Amino acid sequence: MSMMIDIAALDDIPRQGARVVKTDAGCVAVFRTADDQVFAIDDRCPHKGGPLSEGIVHGTSVTCPLHAWVFDLSTGIAQGADEGAVQTYPARTEGGRVFLDASFLRRRSAA
Amino acid sequence: MMRLVVIGAGMASGRMLEQLFNAGFAGEVALFNGEPRGNYNRLMLSPVLSGEKTYAEIVTHDDAWYAAHGVRCRFGEHVTKIDRERKVVVSKGGETPYDALVIATGSAPFIIPVAGKELPGVCTYRDLEDTNAMIAASRPGAKAVVIGGGLLGLEAAAGMAARGAEVTVIHLMGHLMERQLDPSAGYLLQKDLERRGIRIHCKGATKAILGTTHVEAVLLEDGTVYPADLVCMAVGIRPEVRLATDAHLEIGRGVVVDDRMRTSDPAIHALGECVEHDKQLFGLVAPLYDQAKVLAATLMGVEAAFRPVQTATKLKVTGVDLFSAGDFADAPGREDIVFRDPGRGVYKRLVLEGEKLIGAVMYGDTADGAWFFDKIKSGEEVSAIRDTLIFGPAFQGGAQADPLAAVAALPPEAEICGCNGVCKSKIVTAVQGGAVTLDAVRLQTKASASCGTCTGLVEKVMALTLGDSFTANANPPMCKCTDHTHEDVRRLIKAQGLKSIPAVMQDLGWTTVGGCASCRPALNYYLLSDWPLDYVDDRQSRFVNERNHANIQKDGTYSVVPRMWGGVTTSAELRAIADAADRYAVPMIKVTGGQRIDLLGVKKADLPAIWADFNAAGMVSGHAYAKGLRTVKTCVGSEFCRFGTQDSTGLGIRLEKLLWGSWTPAKVKLGVSGCPRNCAEATCKDIGVVCVDSGYQISVAGAAGMDVKETELLCSVPTEDEVAEVIAAFVQLYRENARYLHRIYKWVAKVGLDWCKDQIADPATRRALRDRFMQSQAVYQTDPWAELGMRPADWAPVADLTMRAAE
Ligand code: SRM
Ligand SMILES: Cc1cc2nc3c(=O)[nH]c(=O)nc-3n(C[C@H](O)[C@H](O)[C@H](O)COP(=O)(O)OP(=O)(O)OC[C@H]3O[C@@H](n4cnc5c(N)ncnc54)[C@H](O)[C@@H]3O)c2cc1C
Ligand code: SF4
Ligand code: FES
Repeated sequence: MSMMIDIAALDDIPRQGARVVKTDAGCVAVFRTADDQVFAIDDRCPHKGGPLSEGIVHGTSVTCPLHAWVFDLSTGIAQGADEGAVQTYPARTEGGRVFLDASFLRRRSAA
Repeated sequence: MMRLVVIGAGMASGRMLEQLFNAGFAGEVALFNGEPRGNYNRLMLSPVLSGEKTYAEIVTHDDAWYAAHGVRCRFGEHVTKIDRERKVVVSKGGETPYDALVIATGSAPFIIPVAGKELPGVCTYRDLEDTNAMIAASRPGAKAVVIGGGLLGLEAAAGMAARGAEVTVIHLMGHLMERQLDPSAGYLLQKDLERRGIRIHCKGATKAILGTTHVEAVLLEDGTVYPADLVCMAVGIRPEVRLATDAHLEIGRGVVVDDRMRTSDPAIHALGECVEHDKQLFGLVAPLYDQAKVLAATLMGVEAAFRPVQTATKLKVTGVDLFSAGDFADAPGREDIVFRDPGRGVYKRLVLEGEKLIGAVMYGDTADGAWFFDKIKSGEEVSAIRDTLIFGPAFQGGAQADPLAAVAALPPEAEICGCNGVCKSKIVTAVQGGAVTLDAVRLQTKASASCGTCTGLVEKVMALTLGDSFTANANPPMCKCTDHTHEDVRRLIKAQGLKSIPAVMQDLGWTTVGGCASCRPALNYYLLSDWPLDYVDDRQSRFVNERNHANIQKDGTYSVVPRMWGGVTTSAELRAIADAADRYAVPMIKVTGGQRIDLLGVKKADLPAIWADFNAAGMVSGHAYAKGLRTVKTCVGSEFCRFGTQDSTGLGIRLEKLLWGSWTPAKVKLGVSGCPRNCAEATCKDIGVVCVDSGYQISVAGAAGMDVKETELLCSVPTEDEVAEVIAAFVQLYRENARYLHRIYKWVAKVGLDWCKDQIADPATRRALRDRFMQSQAVYQTDPWAELGMRPADWAPVADLTMRAAE
């Protein structure tokens, strides 16, 4: 059974931007696209650990702020010539609030 | 005989009653309505407002109809209570018993809780009374303000404008109708409405409605005041659930109903905008009509289940053509097909998921809307026709969007070459007269003969005139989102007066939806440099260092470097730096190569606090890592040094105070040395000043990073004031002409130092450049720390789940 946790108001996250959620196993970056889709991924670039939450968001992709790898927010997979992927987590919005799946926390702390 | 009581005579209950009587319902119906009238077509209030229809024409059920079906009309009578135990509803006419009850109370407009919201002259847009109030107020010349740029607000605005009122729309979000349209379509809509004289103020938050006995004006958070004789609030609706709440029915955001439109009480049903079905609310009539059908069946004892269908939106403003349907948000595994025809103001975007079409947004040409909507609803596979899908049902063959379209769309008088004032028609005439090479065109018209940044555009005009026989010099496009080069984009932004990122993307035919990390910062820079007074900086289009005003480091911490004017500091500043270093446990304090002090390893969440401390000590920064002025390195100069010829330290400080905060294509560093011994290394900076007995030698285009290059002399001037004017003018020349991320030396290599010298040597040109620079500084020379630090919470994690995870 999945339980969704209310993380924040959608408006706490800037459009084409991200905010982070702190967990015991590192930060999760929660992104909001220009048209209010939300995505949650690990806030750690698989290249050299760049904080993806600080990247430029375009469409449903983010460009890492350190060395410009581009990740698809929905799959977490690096685009173009770069190889690698970042963990994604279920996220959704309802009534202007953002929810994350609680089970990811358990998985993260177990990992 | 069954006694049916219906609360609310709106769009949904009207349709439900029709269905019920068609099915042979034989009971007794009592129909209550808050409004003093029966069912009418609420959608059509907009044509009534604009004067295209009368109220009589939009009545859907008249007295004769109610009489023929034995409906007892209780119009103008609010139901104030539902007594579930005794199965009666209470109104001012007493109690009315029911066997079955239908709640169809629709929704209530949302009123934003600002001061002045109760003043006479403030209305909403829901019923005939509101419509009549707006009609009465819309005399020619009257001023109306509509708060809310969604469907209703824009229909209200267009209706009042059609009656001659001067209308302003204030919209909280970045573009109009953001729930139905993406930014590109929203931009086109805004242009169309502005063309009709409606003023649109996006990103505007209402602070108060002003007035003593009647509304007089609307005040926004940013201080703007719009005078108003009437204010219409159209910011959204809320399901009208008060009766159901008091009766303790199950309520979510609306009255909760099941698939058969039954509430938690088996004798009570509900439909319309007041209900919530499967966590969903409804704001358009199409699904309400389906609910009406289902509820009629339920009341007749027939099995039926409500399944929400996709809805499509059109704006009922004559002459505005937009269509949006399905889900057009970017999301996992979705792909876009985008078509833009800037010349005709057409934008179409289809959203595909897997093999299927799931959403469409169209503007300017919506003829194929129904066809696409059909494909969305049917969920049929479209992969086979994917290549030509966007051209609609009539398409045969394979046309392509034309990369030359933006240039083709320019009017003959549009300026192509800014340096020499050459317009498009002059180039066309020259080409037609036989000038078929770039050199020939340059020779005859002088177009692209000076700084050369318009070369690409001139070539495109030539290509349009010559057709296939033209071959251009290759200059790669700005990025994969467009066919235009940086230079073309810069000139087209000016020639077409494009003032927002969506405007550029639409009118220049961008092939992606939201650009990429390479073009967005460039566009943001070009727009703010060209339109300092109109453009609103887009933080989300900036690289991290400029967004956070601190330099990101390999471990995700930041380095903070307060400004140290001309490399001069004081004991008080040093103390503040030392205190901050202790307070925030800064792991390293380093003297930089640019004569200032760097605090390395500051955590993001600490940034607002460390800034506040520095601000309190009188220091500014925020641009230490910007594509903007970095440092002005100085030497001690005539004040102390035995060789100094002029006050190089003072001049450096003056220049830093003049230039700081000005965004530039790439970073800009200055050096000011007091004599040719050049201790400030001025001759390898972007701009260097070397003081001599007779005055100041200003040289430019040095480099000492990846390339090393000595500066070249721009000019020599006798006074400090002239140094300031020349340098401000030269920086402005660079700001207006260079390609994003080109340092001064790269740009000068392209346009030629001689051209730069000519611009600066001409007193009128120099002064105009300086004035434009100062105009921009009036807007942009602000300390971002002061502003952003006001909301420290934005810099911390939005949620902390470490405690929960430990459970
Ligand atoms: C702090 C400092 C080094 C130091 O400890 O002294 C420094 C640090 C960085 N420099 Fe620099 N540069 C520093 C003086 C210089 C100088 C010397 C100068 O300014 O007198 C140069 C050569 C002159 C020049 O600008 O060309 C210099 C040429 C570069 C370059 C190459 C630029 C080029 O066009 O060739 C880069 C890379 C870039 O900008 O793309 C760079 C980039 C960087 C960055 C911002 C790399 C980055 O993007 O993260 C470094 C940040 C380190 C950090 O984590 O905080 N830094 N850098 C100096 C800050 C000066 C200041 O107070 O602002
Ligand atoms: C100006 C305008 C333009 C619109 N344009 C479109 C469009 O183009 N396309 C589209 O799909 N939709 C449009 N809509 C939305 C559409 O009109 C609504 O979705 C629809 O009217 C909702 O129907 P309803 O029956 O639920 O509520 P309503 O039509 O609002 O009817 C509810 C009725 O219940 C009455 N009532 C409320 N409480 C009580 C009470 N306690 N006792 C007695 N009576 C009560 C109210 O007075 C009202 O008459 C528009 C709406 C407006 C206002
Ligand atoms: S030279 Fe500059 S960019 Fe390179 S490591 Fe040193 S500080 Fe960083
Ligand atoms: S750390 Fe993300 S690209 Fe290098």
